[in-house]
Amino acid sequence: MASNKKYWKSVEELKENSLVVDTLKNNEFVEEIPTDDFLGDKENLEASSTTRRDFLKYVGFTTAAASLAACEGPVVKSIPYVIKPDDIIPGVAEYYATTMANGFDFANVLVKVREGRPIKIEPNKEANGSTNARVQASVLSLYDSLRLQGPKANGEAVSWDKANEEIVSKLNEVKAAGLPIAVLTGTCASPSTKKIVNKFNDAFGNVSHVVYDAVSESAALDAFEAAYGERALPDYNLEKADVIVSIGADFLGDWQGGGFDAGYAKGRVPVNGKMSRHVQFESNMTLSGANADERIMVKPSQQNLALVKLYQAVVKGIATREASPLNTAIQKVAAQIKKAGTKAVVLTGIQDKNAQLLALAINNAIQSEVIDVVKTKNVRKGDDKAVAQLISDMNAGKIGAVIINNSNPVYSLPNSNEFVEGLKKVKLSVAFSMQDNETANAVQFALATPHYLESWGDVVIKKGHYSLMQPTIKPLFDTRQFQDALLTWSGSSIAYYDFIKEFWTANVLNGTSWNQALHDGIYTAQSVEELATSEFDFDAAIQGMGKTKSSDLELSLYIKTGMGDGQMASNPWLQEFPDPITRTSWDNYLTMSKADALTVGVMNENVANGALNGSLVELTVNGVSEVLPVLIQPGQAIGSLGLAVGYGRSQGLKEEMQTGKNAFKFYKDFNTTQTDVSVKVVGGVHEFACVQLHNTLMGRGDIIKETTLEEFNTKDSKEWNKVPVVSMDHKEVEATSVDLWESFDRTTGHHFNLSIDLNACTGCGACVIACHAENNVPVVGKEEIRKSRDMHWLRIDRYYSHEEDFAGDNEKKENGTGVIGFKDAMSELEDPSENPSVAFQPVMCQHCNHAPCETVCPVAATSHGRQGQNQMAYNRCVGTRYCANNCPYKVRRFNWFKYPENSEFDYYMNDDLGRMVLNPDVTVRSRGVMEKCSMCIQMTQATILKAKKEGRPVNTNEFETACSNACSTGAMVFGDINHKEDTVAELTKDERAYHLLEHVGTKPNVVYHVKVRNTQEA
Amino acid sequence: MSSHYEAPIRRPLIVGDKSYHDITVEVAAPVEGKANKLWWTAFTIALLAFLWGVGSIIYTIGTGIGVWGLNKTVGWAWDITNFVWWVGIGHAGTLISAVLLLFRQKWRMGINRSAEAMTIFSVVQAGLFPVIHMGRVWDAHFVLPIPNQFGSLWTNFNSPLLWDVFAISTYLSVSLVFWWTGLLPDFAMLRDRAVKPFQKKIYSLLSFGWTGRAKDWQRFEEVSLVLAGLATPLVLSVHTIVSFDFATSVIPGWHTTIFPPYFVAGAVFSGFAMVNTLLIIMRKVSNLEAYITKQHIELMNIVIMITGSIVGCAYITELFIAWYSGVEYEQYAFLNRATGPYWWAYLLMMSCNVFSPQFMWSKKLRQSITFSFIISIVVNIGMWFERFVIIVTSLHRDYLPSSWTMFSPTFVDIGIYVGTIGFFFVLFLLYARTFPVIAQAEVKSILKSSGENYKKLRDGNHE
Repeated sequence: MASNKKYWKSVEELKENSLVVDTLKNNEFVEEIPTDDFLGDKENLEASSTTRRDFLKYVGFTTAAASLAACEGPVVKSIPYVIKPDDIIPGVAEYYATTMANGFDFANVLVKVREGRPIKIEPNKEANGSTNARVQASVLSLYDSLRLQGPKANGEAVSWDKANEEIVSKLNEVKAAGLPIAVLTGTCASPSTKKIVNKFNDAFGNVSHVVYDAVSESAALDAFEAAYGERALPDYNLEKADVIVSIGADFLGDWQGGGFDAGYAKGRVPVNGKMSRHVQFESNMTLSGANADERIMVKPSQQNLALVKLYQAVVKGIATREASPLNTAIQKVAAQIKKAGTKAVVLTGIQDKNAQLLALAINNAIQSEVIDVVKTKNVRKGDDKAVAQLISDMNAGKIGAVIINNSNPVYSLPNSNEFVEGLKKVKLSVAFSMQDNETANAVQFALATPHYLESWGDVVIKKGHYSLMQPTIKPLFDTRQFQDALLTWSGSSIAYYDFIKEFWTANVLNGTSWNQALHDGIYTAQSVEELATSEFDFDAAIQGMGKTKSSDLELSLYIKTGMGDGQMASNPWLQEFPDPITRTSWDNYLTMSKADALTVGVMNENVANGALNGSLVELTVNGVSEVLPVLIQPGQAIGSLGLAVGYGRSQGLKEEMQTGKNAFKFYKDFNTTQTDVSVKVVGGVHEFACVQLHNTLMGRGDIIKETTLEEFNTKDSKEWNKVPVVSMDHKEVEATSVDLWESFDRTTGHHFNLSIDLNACTGCGACVIACHAENNVPVVGKEEIRKSRDMHWLRIDRYYSHEEDFAGDNEKKENGTGVIGFKDAMSELEDPSENPSVAFQPVMCQHCNHAPCETVCPVAATSHGRQGQNQMAYNRCVGTRYCANNCPYKVRRFNWFKYPENSEFDYYMNDDLGRMVLNPDVTVRSRGVMEKCSMCIQMTQATILKAKKEGRPVNTNEFETACSNACSTGAMVFGDINHKEDTVAELTKDERAYHLLEHVGTKPNVVYHVKVRNTQEA
Repeated sequence: MSSHYEAPIRRPLIVGDKSYHDITVEVAAPVEGKANKLWWTAFTIALLAFLWGVGSIIYTIGTGIGVWGLNKTVGWAWDITNFVWWVGIGHAGTLISAVLLLFRQKWRMGINRSAEAMTIFSVVQAGLFPVIHMGRVWDAHFVLPIPNQFGSLWTNFNSPLLWDVFAISTYLSVSLVFWWTGLLPDFAMLRDRAVKPFQKKIYSLLSFGWTGRAKDWQRFEEVSLVLAGLATPLVLSVHTIVSFDFATSVIPGWHTTIFPPYFVAGAVFSGFAMVNTLLIIMRKVSNLEAYITKQHIELMNIVIMITGSIVGCAYITELFIAWYSGVEYEQYAFLNRATGPYWWAYLLMMSCNVFSPQFMWSKKLRQSITFSFIISIVVNIGMWFERFVIIVTSLHRDYLPSSWTMFSPTFVDIGIYVGTIGFFFVLFLLYARTFPVIAQAEVKSILKSSGENYKKLRDGNHE
């Protein structure tokens, strides 16, 4: 504000019309400027040593200097809020409850939004939501630079108005011609969408809604429908199970839509000396098999037999006395099921209606409490027969229009060619798509749809649980939702948002608040009518099971944890996500047992820099061939092959993401098991990008401590959780009690600890992606991963045993006597067993209280925080890598190159759109510095600040890290051990607790819990 | 130094019928004469190698350390291997000039100048690596304890890498001063003989106004002794500190208390081998066979044999202690060295360093110039592999098998290494053409006691 104050310079100014004042006012320079004095005096001027040229030089220099000094710094494109939106405080994150439903993954999530940008997906725990790796990564797909940015007609961009006009006129033509219209969608589980499709049917008549799942669960749906009269999937509460028997069901993966890991893990943690027993019969090594107490390798064709035998033994009480290992195993398992009674459950993944019926029959017969046939799940609805019918109708010219949403059939159909041919024969083909993918390129109208974070919607994942989807950002592109478009075409002017609101108010909410439901993201209906138990005649099913074709080589298609059905193939986080089992990224491959590899004549070998190479083979299934690399997989049933679907996408994604081969072409009749298989070696090798090159634990039992339930219950913890001893003053003392350093007092303030329960961890990898998203971890690409330069701050190590189990490995190592014996034992231990025991171990920075990295840094760039964290000061780091060398856990990651804004690394950090996902609370590291897990210090600090602002102490269990937050199994628990009520304070004192490499004396702040295996066979 | 009586059984250190003037002329000859074709060829090759190295370094700094073959598990490989190798080579110079001076070993006089030159040139190479191996070279000054306005921001005095900074810089400066002090009378000699004004100007600058007065000589002797006293502990300390880079860590195979003596012995071993390599060529090319005699070569071969055996003992001790410790990680680290994927490097190291010097027990072999030359090369190959074995095979398989991987160099790794060899030879070849390569002033002091002709004159009757 300008001041009105007036300052008096002299009394003269008080006089009016003072001559002096007037003169001064009109003449700025009172005295005349003596220009003549110095320009007129020729003599002096000529005598001066400053020549005219020098003078000009001085002027030039001063002008240049003055203008340089006036230059601005680099312009940073950030625009402050001129008028701040009411609900946005810069620097403070907002959370919105929404629901992910892309036809494959369904999850109740919380979306973290910073300054209007969704940057992270978290599970909506109030809605019992859990997130897997793909759900966690889905936020990045929002910022995919190759998204379809507007509607296209025959490949040319058009306006929505024009597109709508043309489509409606064609729809009218179709209507006039009396031809049916097919709406082909993925599983949508949305009641309002169903209503809209019905409205669409009212407008144009003869509309059929065909549901198509890329990875079908049709057999299970048909079986459940036959038995219980409803086309849905039963739910399984695995925490109630004492015995879990799975025949070919990867229920910790994506079997029947997945999401069973949380319940499973609850039952796997020994409480009061009890934990569930899990027996897995399978051909591929799956996540479920890797977690099982007992894993029996069974070829796909033998799995039917196993199921029948199990049915006969459990339900009919007929025990066959055949002397085969499979039979013995089945009889044992049958005994366990009978003993556990209602606390047992049988799951099967065999893609056959009768097989599914048998599993239901067993569960029905034992009155299993685990299976829930009432609150059914809607996550898979695909109907194989309807899809097949649609394709043949299309080719017969019987279909007038096809409208595709949330599905990429041109890519994922086994008979994709027929579908493309059919598309040419329909009058109108429309695909709603987020990407310019295979289907979008094969139809007349490719209509851009928003990402789920930009959309409205509703989902009923489980009967009675109504979830809402709400936009968290204004649509980035010129996109419209499928529902909005259908409403427009049906002649309605209502927006989908209003439609849902009306629909919910009328049908769902039952008088409760819409806003509350939107806030919670979920509305749970009070009562669901009870379904009677089935009266179905299961025995008939066994007749249908009679013959199963078997062959020398059988192929089992499977779903990779990272890639799912392939719709997120353009997501670099997921591409770089190492498969939990093979730990290979950026690829799919044929998994083969070692025995078969020898027979076929293929091999895996490590090249000079350690990277893995595999031979190429030509796989032919039912006459369809593809050249694929072979990865030798321990635990692969002999005579079986595994191949992941979801790879081999070729359109609508960057070249870097076009990895692997499309396995859907082998998915004949939507059956994951194919028996007409042959393999032929072709020349050449394939280069894998594998983040773990050594597969066994080398008998190092102190890294992953294991025990059996029996020992755990009967023996003292000192027996099975041995603390290493060292000699001090000629006495054996516990290594943890010896200390080179003086510790300072840590009892005041916060002291963070992270607890990891190896019993609860299934290795699902959600934490890996959560960490990626939270901490701006760069994606480095296949070539760099191959050079062992992955940047993951959190990795999940996977070890195979050489012997039957890890205890056997330890014994073998101990028994290697003498130098030669030791050498032989160690070199043998390098090879995993044919059917190994598997262990997972998430490893991140252990935040050692006596950190080896801290002492060796010459510039003190890494030092210890008061709250227990080992901190990195990126600005100070000069990149000697000494810390990484001296880290016993090898968790430090070096920025070998400049990863952001570098066209050599054309992943999300190379474009403005992709960089929108970056977490503004975490520095993006520059080239040449070391980085590693920070224990999410930005999150703990935010929690502390929030509590401080609210004038309260931090609540119990309020502290979280990205990984502990993402962990749906509860394996990772984070908190403050000085806050005694925090769960972690108790966990660190648990008798199962141990630190990784205790004998090194690093005193980590990450604590593991001994893995207990339930080996009790009856 | 004054002339002492020398026993007739000692072999002469200057052969032939040499006068003081002969020595002057012959030492000055390479400086005053024109370079021959051989010199130009060698210089061109060295220069090209150097340029390749410069290119590789620029590429590394411009693009990132990722252009090397390193990975998340093996964070150091050729960079630190080369560093330790070059530092080790540098050791012989100081040992010869300082320790042998204190022990009054006259035979050092023929070789100390070049040995010291080699020291300085190789320490220059060594010093390159800790700098360029940094991810952010432009912040290299962070490792210096420079007062700053960031409050308590200071270097970490716990870090052996920081000790390295001090050790290497001290070593380089003391060696340089020592070398230069010795050079003063010889530069003065060149100055006095120079006919071209430019040369005269340069050499008079370099000789710091040496006049040759008795007082000059007296101070010269005193300073030499003092510097020798200062340099002697450095012979032990520098490589001890370099070994701390490994010994103070927690990695099996690095975490070893035997490292300091073992590294010092290894350094002397490789240094003497390098001196042999260089001098065997130089005595031939520069016609200095009269001053760098077979006797010199033989004595150095004996040092190589002894230090090689000490190193061999250290290897065996390491293996024994690994077994004796009962620590499985330690045991595996050494088992992996000998029988793991890098067994060939271990075998090379063992055969080059432990077995090859044992040939020197044979008098005939250690007096053979050709054989000495071959062994000197073999030893330096072996010592390079020793450092490679220690660094890479310890890192590539440490505690958690999940992180185990391998290392393989890229053309940039190779380029930088070859580049430093090129740089070293560029410096050495330039030195050979511009510096008095023999400490002629000192050699003259033993002419009457150890010169062949004088010895004959004196002891002639006894033959």
